[in-house]
Amino acid sequence: MTADDSWVSLNWSALGDGFLGATFDGLTFGSIYALVALGYTLVYGVLNLMNFAHSEVFITGAYAVVFTLSALGFGASVPNLAWYEIVLNLVLACAAAMAAAAGVAFLIERIAYRPLRKRGASRLAFLITAIGMSFVVQNIYFVWRSANAEPSVTMFENRAIFDIGGTLIYLDQVIIVTAALIMMIGVDQLIQRTRLGRGIRAVAQDPDTATLMGVNRERIIVLTFVIGGVLAGAAALFYVMKVPSGVVYNGGFILGIKAFTAAVLGGIGNVRGALLGGLLLGVIGNYGQILLGNGQWTDVVAFVVLILVLMVRPEGILGSNLAKVRA
Amino acid sequence: MTTPIESAANEQAHLEEQAQPGESRRGRLTERWDHLERWQQWGFLALGGALVFFLPVINPPILSTEPANDFPIACANMAIYALAALGLNVVVGQAGLLDLGYIGFFAVGAYVTALWTSDDSTFVHIPYLWTLPLAAIVTIAFGIALGVPTLRLRGDYLAIVTLGFGEIIRLLATIVPALQGQTGFKNVGSPPGTASDGTKLFAINNGTPWYWLTVALIVLLMLLLGNLERSRVGRAWIATREDEDAAEVMGVPTFKFKVWAFAIGAALGGLSGALFGGLNGFVNNQKFDVQTSMLFLAAVVLGGAGNKFGAILGGAFVAYLPLRFTGIAEYKYLIFGVTLVTLMIFRPQGLLGARNHLLAYAGRARDWLAQRERHPQHHQSSQKEGRT
Repeated sequence: MTADDSWVSLNWSALGDGFLGATFDGLTFGSIYALVALGYTLVYGVLNLMNFAHSEVFITGAYAVVFTLSALGFGASVPNLAWYEIVLNLVLACAAAMAAAAGVAFLIERIAYRPLRKRGASRLAFLITAIGMSFVVQNIYFVWRSANAEPSVTMFENRAIFDIGGTLIYLDQVIIVTAALIMMIGVDQLIQRTRLGRGIRAVAQDPDTATLMGVNRERIIVLTFVIGGVLAGAAALFYVMKVPSGVVYNGGFILGIKAFTAAVLGGIGNVRGALLGGLLLGVIGNYGQILLGNGQWTDVVAFVVLILVLMVRPEGILGSNLAKVRA
Repeated sequence: MTTPIESAANEQAHLEEQAQPGESRRGRLTERWDHLERWQQWGFLALGGALVFFLPVINPPILSTEPANDFPIACANMAIYALAALGLNVVVGQAGLLDLGYIGFFAVGAYVTALWTSDDSTFVHIPYLWTLPLAAIVTIAFGIALGVPTLRLRGDYLAIVTLGFGEIIRLLATIVPALQGQTGFKNVGSPPGTASDGTKLFAINNGTPWYWLTVALIVLLMLLLGNLERSRVGRAWIATREDEDAAEVMGVPTFKFKVWAFAIGAALGGLSGALFGGLNGFVNNQKFDVQTSMLFLAAVVLGGAGNKFGAILGGAFVAYLPLRFTGIAEYKYLIFGVTLVTLMIFRPQGLLGARNHLLAYAGRARDWLAQRERHPQHHQSSQKEGRT
């Protein structure tokens, strides 16, 4: 083993040099994780279900983005369009992704989970159905698009727009983090302030009592899936922006696992926890990668941090109950 | 299974009506089985056992995975998955700990075998059969190392941590040079012995001996696990599964028994991994992903969590289905997923429901009372099944 000691080496100076850059990049990926994590967290809140099929909802959105953009004439090279045209096209792609992802989320709920609910199945049965659905959707894409990644599309010319002491902040980073934050705050406000949000919180807290109080539980559940799908669609646009080559039939799975980890890290069933967990996971993974000098380490570091955090706070950083979150 | 809860929570009474005939048919079967003489039961069991034992030789036409996959090898794979599911059943079915990283133990077992027998490894070489207990011991150590810090966690938090553990193992297999990543280890060892014509008995292209070896191990381990389940340990597991807090209050050291369950489950996972490495003759980082881990869990739940026979059936089924449909390779996992979802929707309690040994005596007493009161619908088959 002595000859192989070099497989783990800590490169502190690299981390020191790249610290800010890694932070910004980590926040960008963290925002994407957080948006996907919200889908897990909301569904977990109302159904107590680890919805493993959500990763496939996300990749549906990613396919929709690629197809829409290709149809609009985007390709591998930087598009020669005015900025407002690009924005318009991106909004269009985002809308398509949201619609597609929400539609698939809705279908998954209808086909797989509703019959189980009617039968009063155990939580394990739900979990296995979720895994089964994940297999089904993933392999529909496999049969349809084969194992090859979709050709990548470039959305706009990415340039540095800020310079903080030699560390550049890029346009895509700003767009992704800002848009994701706005959406997260929007969802948080939706949960806290609207009638629908009150319904979601009520179902999360006590489904039976909520039903007695006149909350339409089925409707709340469906809407929860749809909201999760919409957010996953937005995340898919950002994902294609950052990882153009990542749209493969099983590309959602790993990201889904990481988003789920983010949700658990922050406290699953907790909207703000998803945000915190996502950003933390993105940043820490990036630090780990730079410190240890290999992309493979990102996930190892993320999972080790997860285990360590859960050992200290067994219900995640912010605690787990959607219903208990106060404004 | 959960009639009172269902009827309380469920407004669709007609769905239940639909569920009823299946239940009662199953109930009739159980009843008929119960009314057989002991020797008749044993006779049927022996017949079934013989069928299972000679499965790769019989190679039944419709069941067969050929021509795409060699049937005896498919059988060996099924047996290995069944062994893994048997181990995971201890963790998930008996102790109620949701473990999504079981593949980690499987991987450790396979790597133990590879490191100590493969030509590509610089480790000391030992005979293959010695790696089986070694794999079990090493995985027990891993199980305890994972269990002690994490078993404070409950439910889904435990699930995600174990999932993380499984991923860490897989990623380490990729990163650590000594584990050779995707290149992997060739010529992993196998048990000794030659056939009458002088060829090697446990060859890579001959699944039957591997199948028999694994089935023998399964039978042995089922006897051991059965004893364990009927002992203090098994009762502690069931108590923990049903209500951890109540069990703790009643003086069950739940943490200790959860670690027990983890360690025993891990050992069986390692054992099956070691067999898997030997059967394939090749170990690399590709087979140990989260999806396979989920398949193991699916196997346990599909068979009926908490039921040993169910776990074995589920494990064999999960291994069998993709192999059977390799001929239409593109669709095999699609078919698999659809089957999984359909089975869960129509049989949420699994193919064979859980057997609850803890309630055996109480269940029998209740059955007796029910018979006296002639109260037909109230007592479901789950209690009758409690008969040991």
